[in-house]
Amino acid sequence: MWRQANWDEPLIYELSSNKKRKQGIIIPEENIDVKIDIPEKIKRKNDLEIPELSELEVVRHFIRLSQQNFGVDLGMMPLGSCTMKYNPKVEELTSRVVENYHPLQDEDTVQGILEMMYEMQKWLAEMTGMDECSLQIPAGAAGELAGVLMIKKYHKTKNRERDEMLVADTAHGTNPASAAMSGYKVIYIKSNQEGLVDIDILKEVVNSKTAGLMLTNPNTLGLFEENILEISKIIHSVDGVLYYDGANLNGILGIARPGDMGFDIVHINLHKTFAVPHGGGGPGAGAICAKGELKEYLPYPIVDKEGGKYVLRTPVKTIGKIASFYGNIGNVIRAYVYILGLGPQGVSQVGKMSTLATNYLISKLKDVKGLELLAPHRPRKHEVVFSAKPLLNDKGVTALDIAKALLDRGFYAPTIYFPGIIEEALMIEPTETEPKETLDKFIETLKEILEESYKDPEKIRQTPQNTSVKRLDQVKANHPTSVTPSYRVLRLREKGVIKILK
Amino acid sequence: MDYHPWLPNLDYENEMIREIGVNSIDDLFKDIPEEIKLKRLLNVGYSKPLSEYEIYLRLLELENKNTKLRMPPFLGGGVCPHYVPEAVKFVISRSEFYTSYTPYQPEISQGLLQALFEYQSLMADLLEMEVVNSSMYEWGSALAEAVLMAYRINGKKKVVIPASINPYHKKVLETWTYGKEIKIKEIPYTNEGKINLEVAEKEIDEETSAVYIQQPNFFGIFETDIEEIVDLAKKKGAITIMGVNPLSLSLIKPPGEYDIDIAVGDGQELGLPLNFGGPYMGIFATKWDGKLVRQMPGRLVGLTTDSEGKRGYTLILQTREQFTRREKATSNITTNEALMAIANAVYISLLGKSGLRKLAEEIYKRSHYALLEFEKKGIGKRKFNSDFFEEFTVSFPISYGKIHENLKARGIYGGLKISDNDAIFCVTEVHTKRMIDEMIEEVKKIVETS
Repeated sequence: MWRQANWDEPLIYELSSNKKRKQGIIIPEENIDVKIDIPEKIKRKNDLEIPELSELEVVRHFIRLSQQNFGVDLGMMPLGSCTMKYNPKVEELTSRVVENYHPLQDEDTVQGILEMMYEMQKWLAEMTGMDECSLQIPAGAAGELAGVLMIKKYHKTKNRERDEMLVADTAHGTNPASAAMSGYKVIYIKSNQEGLVDIDILKEVVNSKTAGLMLTNPNTLGLFEENILEISKIIHSVDGVLYYDGANLNGILGIARPGDMGFDIVHINLHKTFAVPHGGGGPGAGAICAKGELKEYLPYPIVDKEGGKYVLRTPVKTIGKIASFYGNIGNVIRAYVYILGLGPQGVSQVGKMSTLATNYLISKLKDVKGLELLAPHRPRKHEVVFSAKPLLNDKGVTALDIAKALLDRGFYAPTIYFPGIIEEALMIEPTETEPKETLDKFIETLKEILEESYKDPEKIRQTPQNTSVKRLDQVKANHPTSVTPSYRVLRLREKGVIKILK
Repeated sequence: MDYHPWLPNLDYENEMIREIGVNSIDDLFKDIPEEIKLKRLLNVGYSKPLSEYEIYLRLLELENKNTKLRMPPFLGGGVCPHYVPEAVKFVISRSEFYTSYTPYQPEISQGLLQALFEYQSLMADLLEMEVVNSSMYEWGSALAEAVLMAYRINGKKKVVIPASINPYHKKVLETWTYGKEIKIKEIPYTNEGKINLEVAEKEIDEETSAVYIQQPNFFGIFETDIEEIVDLAKKKGAITIMGVNPLSLSLIKPPGEYDIDIAVGDGQELGLPLNFGGPYMGIFATKWDGKLVRQMPGRLVGLTTDSEGKRGYTLILQTREQFTRREKATSNITTNEALMAIANAVYISLLGKSGLRKLAEEIYKRSHYALLEFEKKGIGKRKFNSDFFEEFTVSFPISYGKIHENLKARGIYGGLKISDNDAIFCVTEVHTKRMIDEMIEEVKKIVETS
């Protein structure tokens, strides 16, 4: 039986006695005759409440914590839309190229880094069918923001009054959030019975106030928007901009390119499609690419080549900077290595192999009792969303329960909170890196859980049992009288200094 | 291509196709219109898949195209070179952390959640603010998010910033607030390089949404009139935002002691390499006030118990997020810099209370020593007569560009040029006394021979 480590590890504060001095590292000292003379008015008054420990204690603490955590190196993480593929170890060689270089160094001292960035810009443009890319953005959502701001500035430059951003209801939750951050009114486009953009609704909604449409293709249901050329025509007919959310690019990489479908702007999540380790939720890395006139609005700088030297350039109508320097270059180079290792042959296989894996899962799971699938006749691309509503109706077991039961068996769970249009969603994304043997094991495990849900639903509701902790109390975690976002809050509450979070 | 180490199912194609019940992989793409299908290989990478050794050689080639320096650069601008302890690198390389994802399933992600809770807690104590999120991208975007948050709270569109703000952060602020049409007003600095209080009094008015203070400011100078600015802001109902260098906070008053509403900063100086601009680590904190906490962007980890009463950790207050709130969310951020937050937590834990203080003192001493030496040698003078930390501005008798190019030719990277004769130098614990002396000696030669 699978079991996760359970160390009952105290908080780092509780490991330190605070009575005896301990040191985890020696600070280098120079014999320099300078007096510290900070103005009284700004000196820190209160003693720091930071624990003191030896190096071993610190290391042992965090290694124990690491053992209570699950990553791709431990097992399959079929999190839909998150593209949790294997991160090849060779990527770690990259640190030498970028780690010790300051972002404000002159171009002539970092030609190696700039050459890598230049190649990546070109390759990303090639893979998306765009004209130019900027590596400014530290993560996907920042790419969306950049894209929407580009749309905003583009219309403003043309003196067009546009205040509505269309967003498909199958979109990631970040799309409407990014549009709203840029001051747009968000108009949702409902999907039809097949899970695709409803063209009739789109036609009705599009008007002279439409700034653009934010879409991902394949969408979050894993379905390819087969009417994409018509959608593109409708949006362009009112001078709107078609924006591509690259979070789902994995399923079509090498098969079809957003640029050829009529998209004008694309963001890419390099950490997803190009296997940068996700680090527990970050750092990621991204790129924002554009076509035609819109490329002049990209965030700066862009790396260019002039007379054999790499230089930084600012597009003429740039929206400005999304990050203080060049984005998460330390991760851009990890993605670069992924592309080097796959080569043109391998990169061109990514969409095929991830789509093959998804449809293989579907073929084995589509008739399982308790699950249902929207438009089962349609092939999926990167991911598939099953609904566990039949199981809920039959036995009162939820998608959340299934997720927890999977954890108990050594798998991470599918995405279950999204998309909102599928009730009791189980959004599964296998990626191209999971071996067929693992896919088979996952299929078998999920089937067992569903069978057990019908036999003994209470047992499934009691999961997880084999993880570091059992099911957690979310009400307590969020209640204004008990919500505790730091040790400081715990301390101050015990002293009666702070009370309810009003 | 028949086999590839990262594509394990190439040889299973036919078997899997049969199971699916289609004739070929192409059938799985029959919903893609023929005219948009790519009918060639992508022109990326090099002509073939590179072996690990070939990748190594390519990276070595790139590495050799960067200039080798004799010592760490004396270059700051809000990002300073520091020594990263091996224990920090070791912990964040643990693949259970490194290859994990946002902890949507807390029971199987306790290690990450506890480590992030500890980051939030250690940073809260350093800042003396109660709520710290589990990271933003970097300082610039954290500041932009703070300004957008102030706008969400009070609906006003004017933000007041000091002219001594880090200009790279200012650029990010301008871009991110473009969509909401927020107006940015600058308060000039005095001859001492500090915020001009008289102008601040005029600029901070009833229309002001937020007032930003950077401590120490872009020139490395400690602002000494923070209480006064905070008072002005409070009288006019504006939200106060303070940008901090967390490394300086064991010496100087943290934002909490000024009763600041929102604190931002970068954790880069707490255990992260320069990384040519990223990944860095955006700090975002608020005081204990529901109005602020509920508008806070980003993720928060909190304490709770499991079904057996055992302590556990989980993401909290998620109803603020794009996850459920979509266009009404407090921000669009999902991927953050979680691993970098863990690096910060390990770094702070290794140094502890006394180590943090000692390090700050050592940096203070070395940077002051360097400035004094420039003056003693008669080759540079301080531009501002104010106390500073880590970075300082020097005025040279000749064009700094000339000094810079000559230094570079000798394998030394000097400060950041801010005008013809002025440059900001950054000196930290990675610059030994010998390196500082050598750099100054080289500058002396350059100044004297021109």
